[in-house]
Amino acid sequence: MINLETPKKHKAFIEQAHQVAMNMLRPISRKYDLAEHEYPKELDMLAAMVDGLESSGASEGAGATGVRVDKPTEEGNKNGSNLASVLSVAEMCWGDVGLTLTMPRQGLGNSAIASVATDEQLERFKGTWASMAITEPAFGSDSAAVSTTAILDGDHYVLNGEKIFVTCGERSDSVVVWATLDKSLGRAAIKSFVVFKDTPGLKVERLEEKLGIRASDTAVITFTDCRVPKENLLGSPDIDVKQGFAGAMATFDNTRPLVAAMAVGCARASLDLTRDLLHQAGVDVDYDAPANTQSAAAARFIQLEADWEAAKLLTMQAAWMADNKLPNSLEASMAKAKAGRAASDVTLSCVELCTGVGYAETELLEKWARDSKILDIFEGTQQIQQLIVARRVLGLTSAELK
Amino acid sequence: MSLTGSFKPGGKHGLSSKESRDPIGIAVAALNRVAQSDLIDRLRLRKTTEAVVYNATKSGFKAATTASRTFSKKGKRGQAGVRVKPASSSGLFDLNPTEDEQMLVQVVGEFAEEAVRPLASEANEACAAPDDLLKASLEIGLPILGVPEDLGGISEERSAMAGTLVAEALAKGDMGLAVALLAPGAVATAISLWGTDEQQQTYLPEFTGDSVPSAALALNEPSVLFNVLTPATKATRTEDGFVLNGVKSLVPRGGDAELFVIGAELEGQPVLFLVESSAAGLKVEGDPAMGVRAAGLSKVYMRDVKVDAGAVLGATDGTTYRECVRLSRLAWCALAIGTGQAVLDYVTPYVNERQAFGEPISHRQSVAFMVANIAIELQSMRLVTYRAAARAAQGKDFSREVALARQLCTQRGMQIGLDGVQLLGGHGFVKEHPVERWYRDLRALGVMEGGVLV
Repeated sequence: MINLETPKKHKAFIEQAHQVAMNMLRPISRKYDLAEHEYPKELDMLAAMVDGLESSGASEGAGATGVRVDKPTEEGNKNGSNLASVLSVAEMCWGDVGLTLTMPRQGLGNSAIASVATDEQLERFKGTWASMAITEPAFGSDSAAVSTTAILDGDHYVLNGEKIFVTCGERSDSVVVWATLDKSLGRAAIKSFVVFKDTPGLKVERLEEKLGIRASDTAVITFTDCRVPKENLLGSPDIDVKQGFAGAMATFDNTRPLVAAMAVGCARASLDLTRDLLHQAGVDVDYDAPANTQSAAAARFIQLEADWEAAKLLTMQAAWMADNKLPNSLEASMAKAKAGRAASDVTLSCVELCTGVGYAETELLEKWARDSKILDIFEGTQQIQQLIVARRVLGLTSAELK
Repeated sequence: MSLTGSFKPGGKHGLSSKESRDPIGIAVAALNRVAQSDLIDRLRLRKTTEAVVYNATKSGFKAATTASRTFSKKGKRGQAGVRVKPASSSGLFDLNPTEDEQMLVQVVGEFAEEAVRPLASEANEACAAPDDLLKASLEIGLPILGVPEDLGGISEERSAMAGTLVAEALAKGDMGLAVALLAPGAVATAISLWGTDEQQQTYLPEFTGDSVPSAALALNEPSVLFNVLTPATKATRTEDGFVLNGVKSLVPRGGDAELFVIGAELEGQPVLFLVESSAAGLKVEGDPAMGVRAAGLSKVYMRDVKVDAGAVLGATDGTTYRECVRLSRLAWCALAIGTGQAVLDYVTPYVNERQAFGEPISHRQSVAFMVANIAIELQSMRLVTYRAAARAAQGKDFSREVALARQLCTQRGMQIGLDGVQLLGGHGFVKEHPVERWYRDLRALGVMEGGVLV
């Protein structure tokens, strides 16, 4: 039966995430926006609490590792850890996107491990804080252009190359690195490796200074003859030209709804505050009256809220499909595309609606308008999502629709 | 009457009242007027014995509706009618329709594809739905979808979700015909939701019987910045009932409607009234518009129309009226989704086949991304609308959700119509392809109030 409400079974847990976001993240939100690169030590205690919730089962399997595909357990409609994860990530990002991204042991690398690791690897990498290293100086969206090499030498792969834009690259204790086994074999030869930070040859070169999500560190990492145990290769070491890139890209089907959820959470922070500030300024939205018979501010607000609602429901759809073992590549990209652009429009418009109050650092509206921009870029830009959706809808290959 | 006064621009021919005519302009306008005037005909003593008949494709012919039956009063006035219970939810997020809903959508979907779509172009020209199609729609139970089982309908619980899915499936065939086919059901559903025992006993057997009356929910009015919550149509209380005065516009199938639900202001609150088309003082004229033409849009004029005390449908405090407006908007959103899907399904093969510069135009990102955005926004519209519909079915407040759905379907739905034409270029502009009709139909979103309801 069609029902698009937040699942009853997740409500208590999501309310808990909301309380954490409100009482733990918001009070330090501006502090770490101003003090970029300073480690938010407050998060250690929070991370310990999240670990506790995870092991007690109270978190409904939510979190960075909630994207793991479990074996089917029950018949019929399922609301599982994917849905719990996007809803709780949205709540945390309502608190602060940058701080959420730098939550210990909740990195995108953890999601990647959860997505593709074998049970043995999952056990071995338990408790690690893994960041994700894909991008290189010479490419961004074109992930197939990976030039970092991994050459098998005895029981180890030897990694050489440079990775940029590694979220939590300094703070994490391991990195999931994308490297090619043989550049001449193209996409199929690209594999991901879990590399611990204390591995000789791995060096964090520097940290970026950014427009937003300044609480989260973004690192440049180099690999120079860095020897990684061969059992740290995620997935199969075989180069299956037929399967091509599909294996590596499968990670994105799982992480894109999470990033969409970040956008949904960040945009809701702007909407919530703006609704209140407009109310104090004497403007209230009347949902029954036609938008054009209300003030321009109220009409604008309704438009923003409508796009936000769509972004949220597309995100829930993509996660729900994952919970129900339905292929969701198209829906994940739809969610990311809509949420990414809606978050930009919402957060920037809220600054405009609240004018000077929105633009000044006394409120957080200007910060959210800076934080939101990255959400339409990482894990696949707006344009990459449109490309994926277009290819799917039109039935075209990447050779036909470039 | 001064000559210059009558040649003052504004209020006609799309001219704003800020325009002014110089002497040459006045002379040209006068010449044009004489040239068009039937004065010439009359001077030649042509007999103008044309009967005043209703013409759906033209405005300006006021007539009584073409059909009217006598509804004999039954049941108990003032006694509450039968109500279905709200749908119950397991509390889980779920995008799967129920088995019953799937079956309905399949039947209606086939009907839309095989019976509705082939007739759409002709019905658009005629500004009317073909009789055979109207009859066929009765066989698949369209008018009684929202009528309780106990009263001869098929609804066991609140059917807003089923109604939404059905409207979407029908509009994939054609929006104008969908409105024509759903119009009687809107009235039957309204009587089921809010009718007294007397109203249900008097009217519903007609809808569940063999000869279903044409009926229309009339909320729109011809005014700029129209706010449906403050209708200019007035109802005044009399000793034994009410008197209605005003004009309703863009009313589906007004010409053959036998029963209207009319929105009017009564003592400061918007209220619904059941008005039979045989009522003295009620006149109808064609009100053809940019799109949704197959619905036979009409204006309904009421001059001192008397109805009895039992004609009020639902509460007089505005709550029923608001609920009605919301459910009607929900139906319009569903229609926009169906038409949007028709656009997407049509442009997809077109851009893959159409060649330019030596390859299909779909191989260009500027074209492909337009298609991607149609798909993304269409699914956005669908999910936001479904959420509102599911809440309505469960008896939850859905005022916020339906407002957001309407906003999205108005803005993004129109964009889909616009891009549908653009993707076909010049071919999109000519009537050989249906995209120009969908463009006109999708502009109805954000404009239309009433007519349909789930």
